[in-house]
Amino acid sequence: MYQYDSYDQAMVDARVEEFRDQARRRLEGKLTEDQFKPLRLMNGLYLQLHAYMLRVAVPYGTLNSQQMEALADIAEKYDRGYGHFTTRQNIQYNWIKLEDAADILADLSRVEMHAIQTSGNCIRNISSDHFAGAAADEVVDPRPYAELLRQWSSFHPEFTYLPRKFKIAVIASEKDRAAMRLHDIGIRIVRRDAGEIGAQFYVGGGMGRTPMIAPLVRDFVPLDQLITYAEACLRVYNRYGRRDNKYKARIKILVHELGAAEYTRQVEEEFAHMLAVGVEPPREELARIATYFADPAFAEGPKTLDRSDPDFALWVDRNTHRHKHDAYVSAVISLKPVGGIPGDATADQMRLVAKLARDYSFDELRVMHTQNLLLPHVRIADLHAVWTALDQAGLGAPNMDTIEDIIACPGLDYCSLANARSIPLAQRISERFAQAGRTEVVGELKLKISGCINACGHHHAGHIGILGVDKKGTENYQLSLGGSEAEDVSLAKITGPGFDEDGVIAAVEKVTDVYLASRTDGERFLDTYRRIGMEPFKEALYG
Amino acid sequence: MDKARDLGTSPDEVQFRFRDDEPVDHGTVTVDAAIDQSNAAAVRIEPGDDTRLLLPFLDRLALVEVNFPSFGDGRGYSAARILREAGYTGELRAVGDVLIDQLSHMRRCGFDSFAPDKRLDEEDAARAFATWDNVYQRAADARRTIPEQRHEA
Repeated sequence: MYQYDSYDQAMVDARVEEFRDQARRRLEGKLTEDQFKPLRLMNGLYLQLHAYMLRVAVPYGTLNSQQMEALADIAEKYDRGYGHFTTRQNIQYNWIKLEDAADILADLSRVEMHAIQTSGNCIRNISSDHFAGAAADEVVDPRPYAELLRQWSSFHPEFTYLPRKFKIAVIASEKDRAAMRLHDIGIRIVRRDAGEIGAQFYVGGGMGRTPMIAPLVRDFVPLDQLITYAEACLRVYNRYGRRDNKYKARIKILVHELGAAEYTRQVEEEFAHMLAVGVEPPREELARIATYFADPAFAEGPKTLDRSDPDFALWVDRNTHRHKHDAYVSAVISLKPVGGIPGDATADQMRLVAKLARDYSFDELRVMHTQNLLLPHVRIADLHAVWTALDQAGLGAPNMDTIEDIIACPGLDYCSLANARSIPLAQRISERFAQAGRTEVVGELKLKISGCINACGHHHAGHIGILGVDKKGTENYQLSLGGSEAEDVSLAKITGPGFDEDGVIAAVEKVTDVYLASRTDGERFLDTYRRIGMEPFKEALYG
Repeated sequence: MDKARDLGTSPDEVQFRFRDDEPVDHGTVTVDAAIDQSNAAAVRIEPGDDTRLLLPFLDRLALVEVNFPSFGDGRGYSAARILREAGYTGELRAVGDVLIDQLSHMRRCGFDSFAPDKRLDEEDAARAFATWDNVYQRAADARRTIPEQRHEA
């Protein structure tokens, strides 16, 4: 994985000192809270319902064991002994004191980490496929391109006061495991028939209160023009994105109002201009970065395993993913124990995961956008040992992509924007399905819960989505069906009137009843919904 | 005081200037007026203006002010770079809600003078201008970027 050179380290250290100075000026009254707010946000510091929250960047979801151990130390030293992994492959701490923030950033800097641009109206942490560098189906490892973009977007002088936040995801396979088309810019690295590699640009996707699927803006950007094209996309947005209404300020609104064709025309014009100006880093830079992402020394080994323990066999079937080397798999560490808080991990669990990465996965770990962790390169021969250790630590839930693998925002338990709680609902639904033994029966079913219309819990993209709203002072939940964040991307549709907490849990059971009664062989919930449509589900819910 | 003076900032209001030439001291006009008046030498760009409308007239401009009515509105950064990319070499002045923590980025985008609404602390400003020993991206300044330095022979 990538390692800082002296330049990268100096940039992060300079940022820590800059923030220390900003915090000092805030305390001395030289900065008003309004002036300080965007500065602290660009260093990951939010003010939530009960305390400050610090969001730490995990660039493209990749980290090593030493970094994970540092995250565990921070959880213990400055928070309440745990952290929360997010849908953009970051980690956030929910109980931070403002006066500790600069010291935490300094601790992070010592392990080549930071909280730069994890919030604010700027280019956020670049996300990617969590299986990058391991998946059998990728064209290339997308992370060198993500790292190139990370450096370019860090402290960008022109794009630090954008109309609104800006999220970029980079993938390199047909399968989309990063919700690429629901980002402000989604980049897919592709190989043309002639063999040359380039980038597809999808621009103007997003969730929030106005969900949009990003249209394709350019089907092939040569790799030595990648930064230039991104710069052109951003400049058109910075100049013409709406600033009169923060709810219409994301690039998706600009692209929608202009139309994809007109937005594209403006980008192409700016792109031609910027090619002439020359903003691309030297070609050698991408090659330099790519050397850090060379394959580890994979060794031959057994390709089959002993499946006599049914619990182990179930975990292998559910939580492992095919690797490009056939003696290895990628192993998902579920942070969705039945009845638990989606995405939370204790400091001890983080340390165990770090140890497993060191012992069994070439020192590498990933954070998944589904709020789970991943050991990308595990020898099939080592799988049983890995599973045993995980299971003993409460990390062995065999539930990847099942109804227990719920994405949920922090909701009203933490967030000052929320209308309703998300976490207790996720806990109750996973308990209900687990206790009834229905999780495996139902199979792949992505359930996503947001506590308000900002959609941090991705409810628009859930096979089943739940949106918490405020109805005359009580929490109410709208149910929607048919969304997907994957390569078959679609937006979920609302079933009808909302439910109270007990009611929405019963409603989730009812729609799975309809699915089980209607499915044909091999159909997932989403496939059945797409085949039979909304009516049978509505009938069961409201008929 | 004439109308035009009301629109622009005077040399007295400039707190930081990174140029050796004498500052121009005559009326600043709007972008629309600059296009109509063949003798206007100083113009003021507001956030909603299309900076590129000025490109045919750059030769006769000695001062361009870019107004930041609110520091969070970042359109002026693009305006500045566009002017420098088009070869504008005259004074480029950031005016309005210009604060300490935006100075280094503004400088990189091509601003070479600063007339903040409220005078800034000199020491804090000096530190802010010097925040970044190195930079990742190409911009309107001539700084060699980190990627370029990495690959020098």
